[in-house]
Amino acid sequence: MFDAAAVKRDFPILNQGGAPPLTFLDSAASSQKPQAVIDALVNYYTTINSNVHRGVYKLAVAADHAYDGTREHVARFINATSPDEIVFTRGTTEAINLVAATWGRTNLREGDLVVSTVMEHHSCFVPWQMIALEVGARIEAVRITESGELDQDHYRELLSQNPKVVAFTQVSNVLGTINPVKEMTAQAHAAGAVVCIDAAQSVPHMAVDVQDLDVDFLAFSAHKMLGPMGIGVLYGKRSVLESMPPYQGGGSMIRKVTLEKTTWADIPSRFEAGTPSVGDVVGLGAAIDYLQDLGYADIARHEHELAAAAIIRLSAIPGVTVYGPPADVARAGVVSFVVDGVHPHDVAALLDERGVAVRAGHHCAQPLMKALGVTATTRASFYVYNTIDDVDRLIEGVEYAQRVFA
Amino acid sequence: MDSIYRENILEHSKRPQNKGHLDPYDYAFEDTNPLCGDEVRIELRVDDSGTVTDVAFDGQGCAISQASASMLTEMILGMHVDEIKAMPKEELLEEVGIELSPARLKCALLSFNVLKASLYGKAVDEQLHS
Repeated sequence: MFDAAAVKRDFPILNQGGAPPLTFLDSAASSQKPQAVIDALVNYYTTINSNVHRGVYKLAVAADHAYDGTREHVARFINATSPDEIVFTRGTTEAINLVAATWGRTNLREGDLVVSTVMEHHSCFVPWQMIALEVGARIEAVRITESGELDQDHYRELLSQNPKVVAFTQVSNVLGTINPVKEMTAQAHAAGAVVCIDAAQSVPHMAVDVQDLDVDFLAFSAHKMLGPMGIGVLYGKRSVLESMPPYQGGGSMIRKVTLEKTTWADIPSRFEAGTPSVGDVVGLGAAIDYLQDLGYADIARHEHELAAAAIIRLSAIPGVTVYGPPADVARAGVVSFVVDGVHPHDVAALLDERGVAVRAGHHCAQPLMKALGVTATTRASFYVYNTIDDVDRLIEGVEYAQRVFA
Repeated sequence: MDSIYRENILEHSKRPQNKGHLDPYDYAFEDTNPLCGDEVRIELRVDDSGTVTDVAFDGQGCAISQASASMLTEMILGMHVDEIKAMPKEELLEEVGIELSPARLKCALLSFNVLKASLYGKAVDEQLHS
């Protein structure tokens, strides 16, 4: 039995008291951190801190061990075939930029096709749009259906034009849609395309197996999965990573430097120029431990329960429109809605008066807002520390907003 | 906690003043707040002496951005263009009359920036933020 109230006690920021107490419903933007992750960071800086891959002294060896050990841990976590397939980045955004700037610049040519979708976070669209513009490639976006799913007919139509790369999100940060990555990847491969997945909203909430999905690239951020800000992961298939030039130049990414020429280090170091954020990597390792202790099956069930309750209760309020897949299908715990006559920012500000933290705006998904025919939505997102009481407070807050603007 | 949704804000947001368009107009500008997609357009008609004789705004967005636009149009009706150019943003904020976070301050000042830009005939971000 998943005990969310007990989980919540592990998160100091959610237990500061105050009136009204904090109801945190913005984990899709950034999650809170359990004491175990905070302790791991403090412990790293208290007992281990030193630069990696250089020192011969004991402390440096301990830092190496912590850093490379976490790389192995991450590889097992997403079932990569080797730790060499794990590149640490600043986050999902940097990971996707890395792929676009290295794989993209090497492989995309004038007239080539890049396929993305209208439901992308800007971080999975703009890097591809930038490189497409630079090399003269085309970028096409898969449309969505009425219920907020990718239009698979449109996807197959675009695949028939033989794209070089297909880049899309596993879970929509606005709609909560879970895209069929495995099936879409198989189709993309059959069409000869490389597949790059934005997993920022999936890895925190569901078990992800990169070998089962067979994707070429997959990116996620620690801070959305209980870990520190400023650290993320790029998974890349070994053969694809090995074919790519470096992203940035600097220390760690070299094999040999002369005044005339530099040769590159093997993967993954080739893509990790400069001193990495070792403490944050250690914090990510602690976050993975914490999530695995809770168990992804229970996490997913719990989040779906809360999201379903929120969708059903919000939809029952006259004047409230909920976007995305309905409550009774497999979907993530992200719930976007609009209240007639009250701008999403005002809904969020009035919820904040009652201690309820939600997101309002375009959620870095402006093409999706356009497709939905709205300028903005209010978004509540649920995670391991939320309880059914939080849904009650969301609903009460929305009703309060309606009363204020009545 | 004090609500920023005081009566004057709600009143202006529910029943905005001078909402609509002028045809013809002498000055016009529109802009958006990229943070939340608020949109405001302001149109002015002035007489030969440069005094504002008609003003209209249109747009969509949060209550703060739309209410402040409504208040601003009331304030500038009858003012001389030179007076408006010299008007500090504090005058509008005083009228809005609520304590705003930096993010919401942008909502409140969208109409002000649009108004100034309409008179200068260009984006005036630099001047406003200097």
